[in-house]
Formats: sequence, C-alpha cells, structure tokens
Amino acid sequence: MSDVQLALGGASFDGLVKIEELAGQGMITLRGDLGDTAITGPVREVFGVDMPGQRGTAFADGKGALWMSPDEALLLCDYDEAQKLADDLAAKLSDVHALVVNTSDARSVFRLKGRALREVLAKLAPVDMSPGTFEPGEVRRTRMAQVAAAFWMDDAGTARVVCFRSVAAYMFGILSSAADENAAVNHFAN
Amino acid sequence: MLLLTCPYCGVAAEETELHAGGEAHLKRFGPGSTDEEFQTYLFQRENPRGVHFERWRHANGCGKWFHAARDTVTLEVFGTYSAQTLEPPEDLLKKIRDKRPGFEWRDIA
Repeated sequence: MSDVQLALGGASFDGLVKIEELAGQGMITLRGDLGDTAITGPVREVFGVDMPGQRGTAFADGKGALWMSPDEALLLCDYDEAQKLADDLAAKLSDVHALVVNTSDARSVFRLKGRALREVLAKLAPVDMSPGTFEPGEVRRTRMAQVAAAFWMDDAGTARVVCFRSVAAYMFGILSSAADENAAVNHFAN
Repeated sequence: MLLLTCPYCGVAAEETELHAGGEAHLKRFGPGSTDEEFQTYLFQRENPRGVHFERWRHANGCGKWFHAARDTVTLEVFGTYSAQTLEPPEDLLKKIRDKRPGFEWRDIA
C-alpha cells in the first residue's frame, strides 16, 4: 500500500484540547435504504456492527457505522482495508439498490482530545453540546463556521471531526482558534 | 432565529443549517400547458401575512428536502413534514385551524 498523503501532513495543535489530523482512517460511503435488512445484513457481515438508528453510531473492533441520513451511512475501518471491505460489501449488495464507495481520501478527520472539547465544538457549530443533550453514541452532521462537517464523541474526552479534504486547512484553523489557550469560556462545567 | 425540526434526521436545525426552497406544493406546468398556466406556475407566488407553507432543505445536515408550515408574522412554526406529499397532512392542518381560525392559503383552509 502506498503512503497515505494527508491533507495537512498530520498537523497537530495543543491548547484547550489537543487537535490531531488522523492518519489511517478508512471511510466508506454507503447509500441505500438503511431500514432494509437486505442492506443492513451484509453491513453486519462485513463490518461486524448493527446499523445504528437515527443519528446513531456503532463501533466494534476498530470498525464502525455512522448514521448520516435515512439512506446514507458512513462506514469506518482501517485505511488499508477500506478498498477491500468496500469491494466485499459492494459484491454482497450487487442485487440491491445501493451504492458503496471508498471515500477515505475525500475527507479529512481530526481527533479532539481534552476536557474542553464540548466548548470547542459549541463555538463552531449550531449544536447544543450540553452534557446530557449531546453524548457519545450520537453523530451530528452540521456546519462548523462556514463548512459542512460531521462529528461524534468516542468517549467523554474524545471526539472526531470529519470534513471534506479541500477544507481541511480551514477546519484546522478554526479548531485551533477555538481551542486557543486564551480563548476559554468555561461555559460547560466539566 | 428560526428552528425547524428536520423530519428525516430529527434535528432541531437552526436557520444557518438550512436552505430555503420557496413555496411548497407547486404544481408544475411545462410543455403543452397554456401560456397563462405556465406564467402562473413560473411567477405567481403566495405572499401571505400569516400561515405559509414552504420547502426547506437540511443543507448542512442530512441533505434532505422537507416541508414546513409557519407563520410569517410571528415566526411560529406549526410543524414540518415529509417532502413526499402533495398536500399538508390533515393533523397538521387541524392544529393550524385551531391556532389560526379561518386561515386560507391557496385552496387550503
């Protein structure tokens, strides 16, 4: 496998939260009726996760599925196995009205780690980040400042943000500003 | 600020996540229609002071089109509903009639 060329070469920033551009995140887009067992069955066989419900996430053994809309899911895996898994799934779905594409290189992923991650995300997206309202297990497609993005929390202190690769530098810039040491608001008591 | 609940992903989306799509439930008149019908389809729009039905798209979100019923004066949102329909659902119309007795919008009342 050739070297993964990241949009920002693995940029990182340390402030209110630690921001890292993630290498090795495989992403596969699945379009099709997510309520159809003819589609969710093969997804379970290949990725080992049950298709989550509305705005849900499901993870198992380094793989995962994110609910993006009633007919779209983003499947996560290792970068190196993405193409093989996409091909496997596409083969199993060949008789169903569905589309499977390896989009790993179309997007950039940032990991946010730290106590203030709710605050950093709340500064950039029109989403209620209060504890109890947004929790691990939920994925949110929204905008961050001026670009489309999606994010979810892996646990109380970790979140991942996905955006298009073409706006990765912009995303890293706004995340870094929002996470600047001198920009704490301390809105959420955590 | 306008908050519309997307019927597809269930998010109470704020206006900046949405894209306005104009008047709802337009009937298209294309080739074969009269000039009058085509002109009306193309240019004549409702501009009500009160109850209005519109199309919106959850552009920075799940990407789906949906319908919304709201009051253009108070900005009260009566409800949102699926795009795959030719008219507002009856339970929503009942709710609007209760709140705005005697409202009229095109041939809906």
